[in-house]
Amino acid sequence: MSELAAQLREWREAIGARLPPWWSRGLAATAIFIGIVLPFFFSQNSGFMNATIIAVAFAVMSLGLNVVVGFAGLLDLGYVAFYALGAYALGWFGSSFFFQAHVHVGVSGVAATEIGVHLNFVLILIAAAAICAIAGMLIGLPTLRLRGDYIAIVTLAFGEIIDRVAVNGQSVHVGGGMTLTAGNLGISAVDSPSFPGIGQFNLLDLRPWYWLILAILFVVLFVNLRLRDSRLGRAWVALREDEVAAVSMGIPSVRTKLSAYAIGAMFGGMSGAFLGTYYTEVNAGQFQFGFSIFILAMVIIGGLGSIWGAVVGGLLLGYINNYLIPDVLNDLPSKLGLNFSTTTIEYGIFGFLLVLVMVLRPQGLIPERRRRMEMTAEIAAEDAQLVESTVP
Amino acid sequence: MEASSFTPRLPAPAVRPLAAIRRVTGRWGLLVALAALPVYYGIRDLTHGYAAGAIHGHALIHHDLSRLGVNVVEGLSNGAIWALIAIGYTLVYGIIELINFAHGDVFMIGSFTAAGFWGTLGLGLATGPLGLVVGLIATLIVSMLVCGSLNVLIERVAYRPLRGAPKLAPLITAVGFSFILQNVGLLWLGGSPQGVNDLVHQSQTVFTISGVPIQRGYLLALLVMIPLVLGLAWFITNTRPGRAMRATAQDPEAARLMGIDVNRTISLTFLLGGMLAGAAGLVYALYETNIWYFQGFEAGLIAFTAAVMGGIGNVRGAVLGGLIIGVIQSLSDSRMGPQWTEAVVFGYLIVIMILRPRGLLGEETREAG
Repeated sequence: MSELAAQLREWREAIGARLPPWWSRGLAATAIFIGIVLPFFFSQNSGFMNATIIAVAFAVMSLGLNVVVGFAGLLDLGYVAFYALGAYALGWFGSSFFFQAHVHVGVSGVAATEIGVHLNFVLILIAAAAICAIAGMLIGLPTLRLRGDYIAIVTLAFGEIIDRVAVNGQSVHVGGGMTLTAGNLGISAVDSPSFPGIGQFNLLDLRPWYWLILAILFVVLFVNLRLRDSRLGRAWVALREDEVAAVSMGIPSVRTKLSAYAIGAMFGGMSGAFLGTYYTEVNAGQFQFGFSIFILAMVIIGGLGSIWGAVVGGLLLGYINNYLIPDVLNDLPSKLGLNFSTTTIEYGIFGFLLVLVMVLRPQGLIPERRRRMEMTAEIAAEDAQLVESTVP
Repeated sequence: MEASSFTPRLPAPAVRPLAAIRRVTGRWGLLVALAALPVYYGIRDLTHGYAAGAIHGHALIHHDLSRLGVNVVEGLSNGAIWALIAIGYTLVYGIIELINFAHGDVFMIGSFTAAGFWGTLGLGLATGPLGLVVGLIATLIVSMLVCGSLNVLIERVAYRPLRGAPKLAPLITAVGFSFILQNVGLLWLGGSPQGVNDLVHQSQTVFTISGVPIQRGYLLALLVMIPLVLGLAWFITNTRPGRAMRATAQDPEAARLMGIDVNRTISLTFLLGGMLAGAAGLVYALYETNIWYFQGFEAGLIAFTAAVMGGIGNVRGAVLGGLIIGVIQSLSDSRMGPQWTEAVVFGYLIVIMILRPRGLLGEETREAG
């Protein structure tokens, strides 16, 4: 086993030595190009495009959670709260749900004539990001004195409270006969995005949706990459690695942690707002604890703290959940002559895949550079030094 | 003489209002927060009264504390089940610092095993008391053994290969096993709650203490929980393997150097946690008289909260946390409506975490040192 691993590492290093130094940039550029032209290879409303759109939206959330868990090392088990708040931002500001209000900003067509609050999708994205950033800081506050897994349980509690409020929101009145949420009935008939020159999005043509979420992904990705190497990003990593040392070097712990929560939450809210309009309704049933775990699984499977890992993890689990299990594997048992549908063991397959990936590759698919160094090169170097210093 | 009795006069500490407030909330805030709910509803019951049935079409209004008593007793017995599950979380966390997400689902399998096994034994509503007691004890042993071995197996397959891996990796395999077990439960009994025979007639009143009826279910939960917890406490403090567990929890490396088989000790921890979950599974099935595949997930969340509330790694804390959560739940169920219960419980958790960041009784983990 270890010989095999050593052999593999040798090969990888040999390949790495031969590739030109720009190959990873080239790979990224190719991936981006393929990402942009991908819809032309599929029909306008194919099931694969549908799965891709959802997978990309998950990748955005995964990037957001990666800021909190991966960069800053604050285990967040309540990330679904930001999905919920983002989706509700869309439900509140992009539908006829608040029927007493008449606010229309930057919308055209049917939405401009309906009652309720109707904002342009870009404004809704900004609103969702703002609401989630504030909520992220609010949940960050009680966790500041806590450490380790206590943070996990407090964020979990926050996610569950948001979920309960969403489910029971029908009994919370905000005045004028309007309620806070529509509970399990869902806020339906939400506006679909419309942009000048493209027109109103509809679900018969999935391509504009795809490019929209891809654009969001690129923005979030860019922000992530810049943040990682910024002063703030390095402060997050320093806090993650050793809080006492970081604080004594003058890193403002409170501000740094809160900004991680706020920025991570913002991305979740943007993705949530997009998924809200894409699913055409905002239903309280979507925001369960399992979803937080699902997003966390993406980050960890991708490789904690690794930006590209988060993207790959998000896409991978998104595809497994929305394409592989329902579309591809579903008729496999009947082909094999077995009389059951895969959807009944969907959870089992998903769980099995999680166990398999983690046991085979505990550091994640694309480990963060810093962690990779820790796990291989540096340890080997240290061991060598140790041997040298002890052998006379 | 003179020198030894001399104490240097320290400058009087400056009175800082903010610090004083913080000290007061640190000492009393928790007590106030925990007592707030029962005291508020107790006073409300006394002053406003509550409807207790009707006579000749007129609502009967009582002005006493017996409704509160009912809430508390019900909560304590419910909390006994959470306490049993919470111990499993806290033991595992104490020893390998892992939130064992599959634990709640092990408890669910315990319920299913118990219901299946007593069905196989032929226990039914017509079984006599002696047969019932013997049969249930046999069921208890079987479900404890099944859950214990299941937990050991999970540790062997999903957590042991990841020792030394990044800390969050086993968390994901735990989630994976949780999903797998849920699926097993789904295939076993289907997707909706299944009623089971009310073998012990759990809602039958045994005796009444000042207007608070004590039902058989309450007694059952406490009668199973108390001996098991005492037994566990004795095991951990007084036996060699128990000492090995505590040593491993403090410092696995040092424990290994002292000749403790760390892997076996960890397996033992999972065995004990699983056995308690199995016992809780049986009690839950008898008490709630219906079981379904998702119960483990919900119970696991509550029990983990209880473990953290009490101070993770701390067995007494887990029991206390379980009982407190049980009481909060039953108060909220009966006064605010069950749909808000979860939010109330988690709200309480956040308040407790703010006031006492290390849980009620303090944590016992490596990092706490």
